[in-house]
Amino acid sequence: MERVDAYPTREYQGFKLRPGKSFPFGATFVPGGVNFSIYSSHATACSLVLFDKGQAQPKVEIPFPDEYRIGNVFSMIVFDLNYENIEYGYRMDGPCDPQQGHRFDSSKILLDPYAKAISGRDVWGQAPNWENIFPHRSLLVFDDFDWDNDRPLEIPMEDLVIYEMHVRSFTRHPSSGVKFPGTFAGIRQKLPYLKDLGANCIELMPIYEFDEFENSRIHPETGETLMNYWGYSTVGFFAPKSGLAATGKMGMQVDELKALVKDLHRNGIEVFLDVVFNHTAEGNEKGPYISFRGIDNKTYYMLTPEGYYFNFSGTGNTLNCNNPVVRNIVLDCLRYWASEYHIDGFRFDLASILGRDPSGYPLSNPPLLESLAYDPILAKCKLIAEAWDAGGLYQVGSFPAYGRWAEWNGKYRDGLRRYLKGEPGLVEDIALRIQGSPDLYSSRGPTASINFITCHDGFTLNDLVSYNDKHNEANGEGNQDGGNDNNSWNCGWEGPTTDTGINSLRLRQMKNAVAMLLVSQGVPMILMGDELGRTQNGNNNTYCQDNALNWFDWNLMDSSSELFRFFSNCIKFRLAHPIFRNRWHLSNQDRVGSGYADITWHGTKAWNPDWSSSSRLLAFMLNGKHARGGIVEDNDIYVATNMHWDSHWFELPRLPEGKNWSVSVNTSVNTPEDIWEVGHEPMLDNQNEILLGDRSVVILVGK
Amino acid sequence: MEIIQSIEHDVNVVRITGDLDGNTAPTAQAQIMLLASPNVKIVLDMSEVSFMSSAGLRMLLVMYRTLISKSGKVVLVGLSEDIRDTMSMTGFLDFFSYHETLDDGLKTLSLG
Repeated sequence: MERVDAYPTREYQGFKLRPGKSFPFGATFVPGGVNFSIYSSHATACSLVLFDKGQAQPKVEIPFPDEYRIGNVFSMIVFDLNYENIEYGYRMDGPCDPQQGHRFDSSKILLDPYAKAISGRDVWGQAPNWENIFPHRSLLVFDDFDWDNDRPLEIPMEDLVIYEMHVRSFTRHPSSGVKFPGTFAGIRQKLPYLKDLGANCIELMPIYEFDEFENSRIHPETGETLMNYWGYSTVGFFAPKSGLAATGKMGMQVDELKALVKDLHRNGIEVFLDVVFNHTAEGNEKGPYISFRGIDNKTYYMLTPEGYYFNFSGTGNTLNCNNPVVRNIVLDCLRYWASEYHIDGFRFDLASILGRDPSGYPLSNPPLLESLAYDPILAKCKLIAEAWDAGGLYQVGSFPAYGRWAEWNGKYRDGLRRYLKGEPGLVEDIALRIQGSPDLYSSRGPTASINFITCHDGFTLNDLVSYNDKHNEANGEGNQDGGNDNNSWNCGWEGPTTDTGINSLRLRQMKNAVAMLLVSQGVPMILMGDELGRTQNGNNNTYCQDNALNWFDWNLMDSSSELFRFFSNCIKFRLAHPIFRNRWHLSNQDRVGSGYADITWHGTKAWNPDWSSSSRLLAFMLNGKHARGGIVEDNDIYVATNMHWDSHWFELPRLPEGKNWSVSVNTSVNTPEDIWEVGHEPMLDNQNEILLGDRSVVILVGK
Repeated sequence: MEIIQSIEHDVNVVRITGDLDGNTAPTAQAQIMLLASPNVKIVLDMSEVSFMSSAGLRMLLVMYRTLISKSGKVVLVGLSEDIRDTMSMTGFLDFFSYHETLDDGLKTLSLG
């Protein structure tokens, strides 16, 4: 049946109009036209500005008639638009009184905060026209993608192995061999590699539209163009970055990303997004007008009493996340990505900011975090917090969780790194980290702990064992940027060396790290390229490098096949053994009557761990009858770690009659006997004790 | 944009010439849908299509969904490399069977 509202009621300069619907916000297709809806708490007038694609000047500006505004929402239907050829924005009028928080400027054309695709940076790195009066333009997007029967995979949290990836870095290197390097499509072409590795979740560093040219500059010495490469600076929260899509120049980035998600799901791989809601690309009072500043500055930003921007993010401004209006747009945004893109989970950059009130004070019960935790659409999405911010709030272990939120466990990273480099006094801490940090997450369970040793922030795994200090000169900031608390050890020489002893120790240290990571309770996360020993030449903050410092060099597949094999077998071993993937904390007691506690602790003498402050050795045994709280039966697993510079004999705990210890991993043995395929572990000749070489890890399976 | 139809044995051959975009896709769709009788077999010859926009891709998929709901079959032939890449990256190609040449397309449908 034809709808009554399919007909215009008014005409303006040849454009046919009708009062719009306030809901939903943004631009939506309706019969015969497009519904435009936008809100501002303080604007006094608003016009819709339409451009033909790529044109310097608007084709028309249509003021919203007064009766087209309901509450603070301006909405209008425009008929007969050639939707593929339209770019749109808004012009807002209102007070400009920075002390009062208002910065309206009717000379600016503003991006729709709800824009589902954005033009202006269509092809990565293509120099924009700096004279453009409207550089980031909203596009109209069809939301009719054909998902067949796909939906988010809902893999239980405890079963995930996360692989953190930058879309461009993954395939931009010429060695990737993909047809469209550096794009969503490129990732799809590398699916077989991801399957070989075995991770079942990829976490994409920012893919919301950002401007790679934000603060771009030339390095005074190297001449290299430094860019906003990582993209932790959002232009539009609803739009995938065009420059990360091979089809971005045709405006089809939405379909390309959805096709990637669908294909990953088909292959059993979840997709998480790293989302940046703590600030925007508009910077401080000296920054550009892109969208929020000109639409409703006082609502969207945390402002000092004098009207300046609070800077809890370290980037110039702070999104006012616990203003009810801003809270809603964040919720709308995540709902959109979960429902329209079938995204499986979100990692929130500097998430502690999301728990601050409009004056910047930490809230005990932050409404935004609570809304996200209880939202019906997000109900099965994984929510992961980077539980700190640049304003000094550090909430690892205390982030308001509502039974939902997991955290990047910074204490896991720091503890494991220090233990790995042979610092004494850490065995008690390591015992907690390996158990999923029950000291931090007693009521939340180990799945609250995202365990990682490396992530995009900081050294790669190879650099962690190759450098004592950061080497960030390439960033052009006099090596002042990036963290200094790396807890790294170069194994005897700073940087690359031909010393075979050092190189073999480094390789072993990398194996030690991943082995410990993958037998820890909680959710392991691996940084892209660590499985091939990717280096950033000691740079621990490559946020601005669009070059080989970030690009994944696929030639490493030949030279680092040993490490890759080790990584992928460790992942497969973890996924084969439910005993590593408990939803609830181990009790250190025998609650199923197996004769053994679920986890028991050992040292060079079985049953006698050395907890002393000089200890660098720790072994533990997981009893198979306790897997998943005793619901399933698994093998017994024994893990011994020797971070001392000498080798030590470890006495093995005795297995029940009829079972024997087989060796799965021994990092001090040469490949291919450093790790065995699941199910093919050879039985140990000596069932009483095993020699652990200096700085090595052994994993045994009782069967 | 121009559409020429012919019949080879029991297969409808539809040859599209020109661009398929927001302006031309509705016309193309309307014309092709006239053929949408039960069990129809269609070869879409795209060798003279130089550009296809998002609207063009959507037209193809709507046509595909309509035809299979009537137990029909559709095969694409003669896709340019650009168009095939775009269709592949955006997931549209997953729905279609496609062949290099018209002959191959006809063979597939005659056998099927």
